[in-house]
Amino acid sequence: MSAPETLLEAKNLVVRRGGVPVLQVTDLALHRGEVLALIGPNGAGKTSLMLALAALLEADGSLSFEGEALKAPAMRQAYRRRVTMVFQEPHLFDTTVHENLAAGLRWRGLPSRVRDERIQTSAARFGISHLLDRSARRLSGGEAQRTALARAFALNPEILFLDEPFSALDPPTRAGLLEDLGRILSETRTTAVFATHDQGEATRLAHRLAVMSAGRIVQEGSLAQVMNHPEDPFVAAYVGMETLAQGRVRAAVDGLLTLDVGSRAIWALGDAAPGQAVLVGIRPEHVTLSLQTDNTSSARNQLPGTVTKIIPCGPFHRIELDCGFELSAWVTPQSLSELALEPGRPVVAAFKATAVHLIRTGGADTEL
Amino acid sequence: MDLIWEGLRKALELLLTLDPEVLRITLLSLKVSGLATLLSVILGLGLALGVALNEFPGKRLVIALLNTGMGLPPVVVGLFVTVLLWRNGPLGFLGILYTPAAIILAQAVIATPIVAGLGLAAFQHLPPGLRLQILSLGATRTQMVWMLLREARLPLLAAVMAGFGGVISEVGASIMVGGNLKGSTRVLTTATVMETSRGNFDVAFALSFILLLLTFGVNALLTHLQQRERPR
Repeated sequence: MSAPETLLEAKNLVVRRGGVPVLQVTDLALHRGEVLALIGPNGAGKTSLMLALAALLEADGSLSFEGEALKAPAMRQAYRRRVTMVFQEPHLFDTTVHENLAAGLRWRGLPSRVRDERIQTSAARFGISHLLDRSARRLSGGEAQRTALARAFALNPEILFLDEPFSALDPPTRAGLLEDLGRILSETRTTAVFATHDQGEATRLAHRLAVMSAGRIVQEGSLAQVMNHPEDPFVAAYVGMETLAQGRVRAAVDGLLTLDVGSRAIWALGDAAPGQAVLVGIRPEHVTLSLQTDNTSSARNQLPGTVTKIIPCGPFHRIELDCGFELSAWVTPQSLSELALEPGRPVVAAFKATAVHLIRTGGADTEL
Repeated sequence: MDLIWEGLRKALELLLTLDPEVLRITLLSLKVSGLATLLSVILGLGLALGVALNEFPGKRLVIALLNTGMGLPPVVVGLFVTVLLWRNGPLGFLGILYTPAAIILAQAVIATPIVAGLGLAAFQHLPPGLRLQILSLGATRTQMVWMLLREARLPLLAAVMAGFGGVISEVGASIMVGGNLKGSTRVLTTATVMETSRGNFDVAFALSFILLLLTFGVNALLTHLQQRERPR
C-alpha cells in the first residue's frame, strides 16, 4: 500500500490575539481523502486552527498545499477557491436556496449550465431539491445547515473545513444530518477537517483524531490509537475514558502487571517497574457486568462491587460502581432490566487485562 | 385653516400650470440634494466599510465622531463651507461660493456622516462570521464587499433615505453658501423661508407641499428598490 499523499501541511503555526499566542501548532499534515477531527473543549483553539488552515486567518509559520507554500496573497486566494468551510451558523444569504448554492459558483465565473448541474446534484445529495426556490430565511435549523453543506459541496472542494456544523441543532436533526454527511463524505472521498467537542461525532466521521487544549494539539493519531491509548489524563477524559484511577505497580512478570488500585489489585499488560505510580484508564464499553463471578471467562479482572449510580445516556445507561475504586460501565436498557440493576445492588465487574490503559503519572504513556 | 387650503390650491395651480419658476426651483432642489446624496453615499459607505472591515487603534473614537456627525447643525456646516469657499479661503480658488456646487458640497458634508453612521451600524449588524463565510466560498475582496452591501441592503437604503431626507429639508447651509439667488441657487426650502418672511403664505405653503411631494416620491422610489427581490 502506498504512503498517503499529503495534501495540506502546517508547520509552526502561531496565531496571536493582542500579542498573546492563542494557537501554537508545530506540525500538522492532512492526507488526501481522510477526515481529520479536531476535538477539544470550547476555547481550545479548534476554530482558530481551522481558519488558519483555510487561509482565512493570518498566522505565523508555513502552510503548504500540494507541496507549495501559500505565501503570496494571490496564492492564498487561489487556494481559497479550492477549499471551503461550513461554520456553526449556516450564514445563508438573504435570497433563495438556489441563489445561495449559486453564489460561490458564480464568483468562480462558471457558466450557468455547469452551475445548474452542480446545484441540482448537491441539492439532491442533501435532500433539499424541493427547497431550491424557497427563501433561505424561511428554513428550519436543519434545512439551513443542509443548505450550507450543499452550498459547500457544490464547489467540489478539495478540502472541506467543518467548524462544529451540528452544535446548534437538536439531537434528532443532528443525528440525521451526521448520518448523511458521513455517507456523502465517504461517497465523494472528500478530504475534510471537522471540529467538534463531541467525541461521538468525531468517531462517527473521522479517520484521524487530533485532541486540542489551550491552543495546542496534545495528541494526534488514528481513531483507535487516540481513543484507546490517550497519552495524558486530559486526553483520556476527553475521549471518554470514564474510569481514571490512581494506582501503583505491585509486581511485573513477563509483561503482566499487578496493580494496586484503591483497595483492590487488578491485572494489566504493560512495561512498568514495581513501585511505579500510574494512572489507570478503563473505557466504560470495555467493562461487562454480571451477578456472579464467571470462571469460564478470559477476563482476568473480575471485581465484586456495588452499583452507586445509574445515569441514562440516550441508547445506554452509565452505571457507576464502587469496586474499591470508582469504575464506570455502559449497559443497554435490556441488561439493566435483566440484571435488575439499581443503586446498592451487588454485581461483578469484568474487564480484560488488555482493556486497562496505563498513563505514567507525570510521564509518558506506557502501552499495555 | 383657510391659509392651508389656500396653500394647497395654490400648490395645485403652480403644479398644474407648470409654473416655470417653481419647476426650476423644484428641479434644482432635486438635482442639488440628489447629487449631494450620491456623493454622501460614495463617501459615507466607503467610510463605513473601511471602519467596519478593519481593526485599528482609535476605532471607537472614529465611530463616536461619525455618530456625532449625524447630528451636525446645518448652519455650522454652512458657516465652515462659506469660510472654506470665501474668496480668500483655502478653497476660494474654486470660485463656487453662491453657486449650486457650493450647496451640493455643504449638503454632502451634512449627509455623509448620516449615511456613514447608519451604514456602519448596518454592516456591524451583519452576523460576525458572514465575511469569513463569503471569503471561504471563494469570493475576492471586491466580491465580498459587494455581497456585504447586498446583505445589508435594507438598512443601507434606509441610510440613503435618511441622508436624502436630511439634505432636501435643510435650509441653513443652503442659504449661507447658496445665497438664495433667483434663477441660480434658489431651492424649495430657501424659497419657502423667503416667501414666509414676505408674508406670501399661500406660495410658501405651495412650495412646502411640493417639497413634501418630492420627498415622498424619492422615498417611495427608494422603498421600492429596498423591498423588491425579497424572496418569499
